[in-house]
Amino acid sequence: MSEPRVGVLLSRVRVEEKLLLEAFAKRGIEPVIIDDRELVLALEGAPDLGVDIVVERCIQHSRALYALAVLDAWGVPSVNTFEVADVCGNKLLTSTRLTRDGVPSPRTRLAFTPESALRAIEELGYPCVLKPLVGSWGRLLSKVNDRDAAEAILEHKDVLGTYIHSIYYAQEYVRKPDRDIRAFVIGDETIAAIYRYSDHWVTNTARGARAVRCEVTTEINDLCVRAAHAVGGGVLAVDLLEGPDGLLVNEVNYTMEFRNSIDTTGVNIPSRVVDYVVERAAVAARA
Amino acid sequence: MPKCPECDAEVAVGSDAVKGEIVACPDCGAELEVTEAVPLTLALAPEAEEDWGE
Repeated sequence: MSEPRVGVLLSRVRVEEKLLLEAFAKRGIEPVIIDDRELVLALEGAPDLGVDIVVERCIQHSRALYALAVLDAWGVPSVNTFEVADVCGNKLLTSTRLTRDGVPSPRTRLAFTPESALRAIEELGYPCVLKPLVGSWGRLLSKVNDRDAAEAILEHKDVLGTYIHSIYYAQEYVRKPDRDIRAFVIGDETIAAIYRYSDHWVTNTARGARAVRCEVTTEINDLCVRAAHAVGGGVLAVDLLEGPDGLLVNEVNYTMEFRNSIDTTGVNIPSRVVDYVVERAAVAARA
Repeated sequence: MPKCPECDAEVAVGSDAVKGEIVACPDCGAELEVTEAVPLTLALAPEAEEDWGE
């Protein structure tokens, strides 16, 4: 079978997108670049995009989500799918899926007013963590150490934030080592993992955490694949916390960044992504 | 060689640069976007917004 025609939906060409484009080129595939800033999507009909599958690499969740919604309606296969972007882009939806499938994750409470949010926080106990429903790179996370802090943060969110910040998502604070685990799942396999070390309780590499290779144990593989399947499956980065009672899935990312993890793990992540995209295109073609 | 729109320093960009690629100014550190590969032109990259991320 000939190689599929691939579109890459993106906002800008970061290191990850460049590595993916190079990996496609090595495979003999020259992707069609679809710049989300230039898109006009006419909903009435499904145009011939000239591609068999689209790889979503937008930097903005909202653009990714709505572009994928239209592609999905048109029947254009994508990696990842609209469903996965919808679930992973929203921490609450991710939590509901993880809970539904019995994937261990931090205890979570949802509330809609500052008063009920305070009750939720006190139920979880101090310290706890307030997170925005949509957001990445560790931004706008709040570690709430006591009632004074809780009242102040809730008032600020209520008064200064947009309506979305008045949907209060609170989680137990997991007492973990000075690191978390970022694992990369493609399909049914955890292909690589790193520890992300930081002196700060937020351990995103976007915030300066140091990446160190982590062996993919059977336990890590099983847990991460279960988490990936819970959100719909595909190409996913699963963040794990090493809690006192075992591993917990903290979140699942659907447009994963991996620039710090190729040399660290020795795994050619972009090449594995390309293999998966080609495989999914073949599956879609047979359907 | 193109110049940084922020500080006017000369910015070396690889010959394999593609439209949309992000490069950093070596002098001021500003994030720059390749807005055209031929001829090579640079503009300040957009600031991160609330829903940016993974």
